[in-house]
Amino acid sequence: MTFTSTEKKDTRSGFGAGLLELGRANPNVVALCADLTGSLKMDAFQKEFPDRFFQTGIAEANMMGIAAGMTIGGKIPFTGTFANFSTGRVYDQIRQSIAYSNKNVKICASHAGLTLGEDGATHQILEDIGLMKMLPGMVVINPCDYNQTKAATIAIAKHIGPVYLRFGRPSWPIFTAPDQKFEIGKAVTFKEGNDVTIFATGHLVWKALKASEELEKAGIDAEVINIHTIKPLDVEGVLTSARKTGCVVTAEEHNRHGGLGESVASVLAQFHPTPLEMVAVNDTFGESGTPDQLLQKYGLDTPDIVAKVKTVLDRKVKHLV
Amino acid sequence: MSKKGDTDLQILKKLFQKTTDSFSELENICSQVRRDIVRMVHGAQSGHPGGSLGCVEFFVALYFDILKHNPKNFQMDGTNEDLFFLSNGHISPVWYSTLARSGYFDVKELSTFRFLNTRLQGHPTTHEHLPGVRVASGSLGQGLSVAIGAALSKDLNDDNHIVYTLHGDGELQEGQIWEAAMFAAANKVNNLISTVDCNGQQIDGSTNEVLPLGDLRAKWESFGWMVFEMNGNNLEEVITTLKKSKQYTGKGKPIVILMKTEMGNGVDFMMHSHKWHGVAPNDEQLKKALEQLQETVGDY
Repeated sequence: MTFTSTEKKDTRSGFGAGLLELGRANPNVVALCADLTGSLKMDAFQKEFPDRFFQTGIAEANMMGIAAGMTIGGKIPFTGTFANFSTGRVYDQIRQSIAYSNKNVKICASHAGLTLGEDGATHQILEDIGLMKMLPGMVVINPCDYNQTKAATIAIAKHIGPVYLRFGRPSWPIFTAPDQKFEIGKAVTFKEGNDVTIFATGHLVWKALKASEELEKAGIDAEVINIHTIKPLDVEGVLTSARKTGCVVTAEEHNRHGGLGESVASVLAQFHPTPLEMVAVNDTFGESGTPDQLLQKYGLDTPDIVAKVKTVLDRKVKHLV
Repeated sequence: MSKKGDTDLQILKKLFQKTTDSFSELENICSQVRRDIVRMVHGAQSGHPGGSLGCVEFFVALYFDILKHNPKNFQMDGTNEDLFFLSNGHISPVWYSTLARSGYFDVKELSTFRFLNTRLQGHPTTHEHLPGVRVASGSLGQGLSVAIGAALSKDLNDDNHIVYTLHGDGELQEGQIWEAAMFAAANKVNNLISTVDCNGQQIDGSTNEVLPLGDLRAKWESFGWMVFEMNGNNLEEVITTLKKSKQYTGKGKPIVILMKTEMGNGVDFMMHSHKWHGVAPNDEQLKKALEQLQETVGDY
């Protein structure tokens, strides 16, 4: 099975397009940005709805608080800044004013992970999924391409409660349908297979699909599942596939601690112990470089997924013996 | 208090049609709220009596005279009513007592303060759905931002009501306060009246010992806020200043009131010290405190 992409676009532009559509459809949708309107692709919303757009300046803590307050009165605030400044910088504000207070705020975070590139480790947060998924009630979503990010942006406006939506900077292949239905918490199977399951999230879904093509050439039939919602995790989806294939690789642009791999491992350890390998950043910080160079250096590229699949298949055989 | 402020206040005092009955009624409630505070903190053997006692007049004036609100029908959205946010959440005892005494919930519930399964958590929260509370507070510095958001929401909804906040003076050491102060002035958030409880005390000592706040009037004015001052332990002055402040809403500037209070006010041995910031009285101290505070509308 070969996967093709007709076009490349950045996932943040999918967010910008989704936000604009939401603005037109729902007058209660408001947007806040901390001096990164262009980077977050929020300029179209700002231009069309200046009264519903709030520039907070470089003051993310204040932005999170204002967003929490705006929900009182029925607004649905979407905050926009880089993933680093959307999470770690304002963790306590999110924890107390948004999560614990159960406010209907959508925390939208661009430039997540290594693929932010040249700006380096100060901006390449690899811990954000972990930070956000530990907050009770927080939904954590990491879509895989432009179309899915747009669909996710629109879908989270309908969910009542706090959401963390994570996307990125680089131009990335588009391979999901523009008219897709986005269901929070529902895994999407892109390729069925019997030998191994690859659970991937974000940019690495495309890498996982490419890996499955390589594996097919080697006679390995991989199932590729897109976990766009890390929390709540599609536990049934994970277990069903793991029971079928008997071994699992997870792939994400995140620290191995706190990410998708850990969530999947936790479910499998409890309900269906299965050999598992993680493609993730190995508990380190990133650095400057192009997105491609960084994915290669930190072991998040297609060959790394292929290698982990082979490792886990070996373990599966030994496990069975 | 500036000279100009004094003049304004004198004019307003004349305008303020205080009936002796209603005023003494508020004074009675203040006394009862003070009893509630020391009894609640004693009952839980934890909590923050000092700052709570200092802010009694402010809370009673706000909830029994100033706010347009619906205690019997609390709605999170607060549409078509004034809103209040307590940013320095540790003085929850005075807020809980005032909320109960003004009808948000049964005063009997005050006896559950800080106990397991209570809605009256150590610091205020929406999590247990206590009527009157619209956001959690306790981790300091966040309430002003939240209030600004609620004020912006009111603006978008053409809801012509006021958003009030209270902050500790020590809390102004948090940077987020000044992010919010800058934003509110720049965005002409003028349906907002914030009050700072200037009791000059914080956990480790006086604010001057811990981290001096400098000239607060000059700070707020330079951030673009309209500044008023009042003696927070003079009920009449609190009422008149809050009424005066309200007249200045809608004029393009956020408003802050620097409210001078005495921590522990009303209980002699709790005054003039930071030591009662977060300490509960023992049985003997409770007795001594209650002897100084008349039971007026009835203990819970």
